[in-house]
Amino acid sequence: MRVRVWGCRGSLAAPGPETVRYGGNTSCVEVRLSDERLVVVDAGTGIRGLGVALGADRPDRIDILLSHLHLDHIEGLGFFTPIWDPSCEINLWGPASPNHTLRERIATYFSPPLFPVHLDEIPARLVFHDVPETEWELGTAMVRGMPVTHPGPTLGYRVEENGKVFAYISDHEPALGVDLSTASPEWVSGYGLARGADVMFHDAQYTEDEYPHRVGWGHSSIAHTVAFGLLAKVRRVVMFHHDPLHSDGQLEAMLARAHELWGEDRDDLILAYEGMELEIT
Amino acid sequence: MEPQNLVLILARELADKLATAMFVVDAEGRLVYFNERASEILGTTFAQIGHMGLEEVVAGFEPSDAEGNPLMPGALPLPVALAKRAPAHMAFRLTARDGTVRDVAATAFPLFAHQDEFVGAAAIFWEEHEAAQGGES
Repeated sequence: MRVRVWGCRGSLAAPGPETVRYGGNTSCVEVRLSDERLVVVDAGTGIRGLGVALGADRPDRIDILLSHLHLDHIEGLGFFTPIWDPSCEINLWGPASPNHTLRERIATYFSPPLFPVHLDEIPARLVFHDVPETEWELGTAMVRGMPVTHPGPTLGYRVEENGKVFAYISDHEPALGVDLSTASPEWVSGYGLARGADVMFHDAQYTEDEYPHRVGWGHSSIAHTVAFGLLAKVRRVVMFHHDPLHSDGQLEAMLARAHELWGEDRDDLILAYEGMELEIT
Repeated sequence: MEPQNLVLILARELADKLATAMFVVDAEGRLVYFNERASEILGTTFAQIGHMGLEEVVAGFEPSDAEGNPLMPGALPLPVALAKRAPAHMAFRLTARDGTVRDVAATAFPLFAHQDEFVGAAAIFWEEHEAAQGGES
């Protein structure tokens, strides 16, 4: 399984000279399974670049796993070139809602005045799936989506292939009301997704000083990210969903602080950046 | 232990932070948690009782009506919410583990994680004199 980052910024795209090293595009991660099946996790602005890179070599079927429907995770969808190709089948997986189907909720974005083209007019064959409560098979991988602590229906994903696990929990506040240093793992949001993962992409939006002013916003401080990674015995943590206000220099200072807290091999805790590729074998 | 459903995790955390007495049980009726205020009313702690079955827990408090007539444990709000997956409310009398008899009222409600996923039930309860004080303020 190979993973490539196309966008790792949280909340709002933040291009500019202060974010060139880690990138300004919002969440999008390409996962290539061993049979070359393409799975995309989230459709933030980073997915535009993925669509361009696929070019004519795109597969006939693409699966997109949406963590949730906040704008920074779906706003790139309309600019993902395969959706304009009638011969492409795009399977969209997302959190179930008691009130509206996934199609109805995405159609809210794909409709004037927010977007000039209505969802029904998209040429590609779009297939919508509520993520099931149990794991499901996607090509050579088993995928599990589970609700995690974040405002609105929000999922994290666990992709397992050949005994290797990639966990993706981009928007997550496991420390909301919970002391991660004393909690039993099974009573911590996201543990079922992250436990023993070889690689975990995890929300690391705030510094320890910022978090107390943003409790309940659905994100983690770097201290929470580290504590959660240790609690779940994750082999490698990738700090993800960078705050749009944080410059490259600030992110590197956060990484240095996270290394102090992690206290183990520094290669096991890294910052996500656009273009990052990881082989999980 | 297996990871718990997020709604149960959040319900337990709410109970932990709440000043009102609160019980949480899972879909099988196993006690998940009750908080400090509940401990005061019941005269025992969650640590002492543990993950016992709900009806067994309830029976231990000898529930009765206002005239002292025994009530079946299954008739109380939390077991009703669990069995019928619907809200329930009742005033009744219980005997705390320290022997104190208390008049309480409880409101219980089912917990659904998704449209069709029943994960347990919760109940808040309070002593009747607390309600009276609240009404006077």
